[in-house]
Amino acid sequence: MSLQRSDVEKIAHLARLAVSEDELDAVTADLSNILHLVAQMELADTAGVEPMAHPLHMVQRLREDAVSETDQREKFQAIAPLTEAGLYLVPRVIE
Amino acid sequence: MHNKSISELAHGLRTGEFTSVELTRVHLDRIASHNPTLNCLVSVCEEGALQEAELADRRLRAGDVGQLAGIPIVHKDIFCTDGVKTSCGSRMLDNFIAPYDAHVVSRLKQAGVVMLGKANMDEFAMGSSNENSFYGPVHNPWQAGAVPGGSSGGSAAAVAARLCVAATGTDTGGSIRQPAAFCGITGLKPTYGRVSRYGMVAFASSLDQGGPMARSAADAAALLQVMAGFDGRDSTSAEQPVPDYSATLNDDLKGLRIGVPKEYLGEGLEAAIADSIQAALGEFVRQGAELVDISLPNTHLGVPTYYVVAPAECSSNLSRFDGVRYGYRCSEPRDLEDLYKRSRGEGFGAEVKRRIMIGTYALSAGYYDAYYLKAQKIRHLISDDFRAAFEQVDVIMGPTAPSTAFGIGEKSADPVTMYLSDIYTIAVNLAGLPGMSVPVRPVNGMPVGLQLIGNYFQEARLLNVAHQLQQATNWHSATPAGFE
Repeated sequence: MSLQRSDVEKIAHLARLAVSEDELDAVTADLSNILHLVAQMELADTAGVEPMAHPLHMVQRLREDAVSETDQREKFQAIAPLTEAGLYLVPRVIE
Repeated sequence: MHNKSISELAHGLRTGEFTSVELTRVHLDRIASHNPTLNCLVSVCEEGALQEAELADRRLRAGDVGQLAGIPIVHKDIFCTDGVKTSCGSRMLDNFIAPYDAHVVSRLKQAGVVMLGKANMDEFAMGSSNENSFYGPVHNPWQAGAVPGGSSGGSAAAVAARLCVAATGTDTGGSIRQPAAFCGITGLKPTYGRVSRYGMVAFASSLDQGGPMARSAADAAALLQVMAGFDGRDSTSAEQPVPDYSATLNDDLKGLRIGVPKEYLGEGLEAAIADSIQAALGEFVRQGAELVDISLPNTHLGVPTYYVVAPAECSSNLSRFDGVRYGYRCSEPRDLEDLYKRSRGEGFGAEVKRRIMIGTYALSAGYYDAYYLKAQKIRHLISDDFRAAFEQVDVIMGPTAPSTAFGIGEKSADPVTMYLSDIYTIAVNLAGLPGMSVPVRPVNGMPVGLQLIGNYFQEARLLNVAHQLQQATNWHSATPAGFE
């Protein structure tokens, strides 16, 4: 499986990753090599095999509907890049 | 003092032979001398460590005889530590001070350990050489210029160099066992779910598992005793009782059935490493164990399958790094999309971006069945291989890695070559089994690891088997030159 530069541009957009023009050829080659490795999976006969999402076949545990978190907004916002009046700031979205 | 075992140190602390403050100072001095060349710690907590040591000394005087009270350790920088930077080896989290402690950190803190610092690692635990760290590579104490393995390379190097008594690590595809092998220490990846993932920065959530890295199986048992156990804050934490890991260390191995998979000792393994593994197996036979030839026929599919499952989970987990709530933000974003893309593009290193993109591709519309679903089915086949093997044997043994520590820069240009250095460890994570690496006879002066794989929740058995080897041999107590 070989990818084209345009494939990588699309994947990078989906992943919200900036990939510069200079990096694009190298990234395309690396990702193609990895997919080539991954293609060895095609050799395996998996007809009738159930997919395994989780090693212990667990059932998701339910917990009591009780308050478990306290309000720590100031502590959490102290490590944010930009806040004001208790809000996280991002560039203007709506003009 | 820095060569003593945890039980010797605990005895010395309890009897007043030395204090935790003295023990901590010895290790801080060693860190000051050696960390500039090894680069195994990214944060050193001198003041905090001495405060914790004083507290431990007070508890010891008051009769608190917990085995880890006053013992200085380091945490891999993937475990959140309240008030101390948790970088995960990434520029993305270079400014991140977690507002809470990981479960493992708080359990060990309650037990009275002293945190000397945080260990270097491959960025977001993605790597097998520690070269993917934002803070630069770690040097192997056995040979400057060689990698320590990864991703828990800083933890392994720090333990091997006697800069700390023990360390925590995490293992998603071999990240405790392979660096333990490369640095000549003892490392244990517990059964998936045995140790809580709460506060451990997520990479691949169905594979990630924290565990101890130490200089002996007995020391690893002491750490695991505190780290293991149910935690409601991890949705996949196992509700299984925690046995007394030290109680069974001295059980004899008569009649132990050791499975030796032919796929682990064939093509691709250096002959001298195979000889070291055979020498260790011979020691178990002398102790009354029986070797059984087994096959794990889907071993060759482990690496390809892992490089779908792990990137898919990582692409989802790492979507939280958005430049908004915490972590790195690019300068002067034009709009929200530019903020996301440049914060992530500049904040993540090359390997992390590769894996996010592979995962994004594997999960994208039209490719899900061919990649992710196919990988999950093969994961079942790999798991069934082990299930069948454990009907015949008690423990499986083979090499931890196909080579000894390679040189810094030797494999970093080609991601796929690097991925293959985890060929013997990856399947264990896919199946969720416990695995361990213990030092055996070195090759050309470089450490070699024997891998022990157990059935689900059989950590006590693995520790027992490893301890018996370490009682009869002294491979595990070898110290790198210059660090005696």
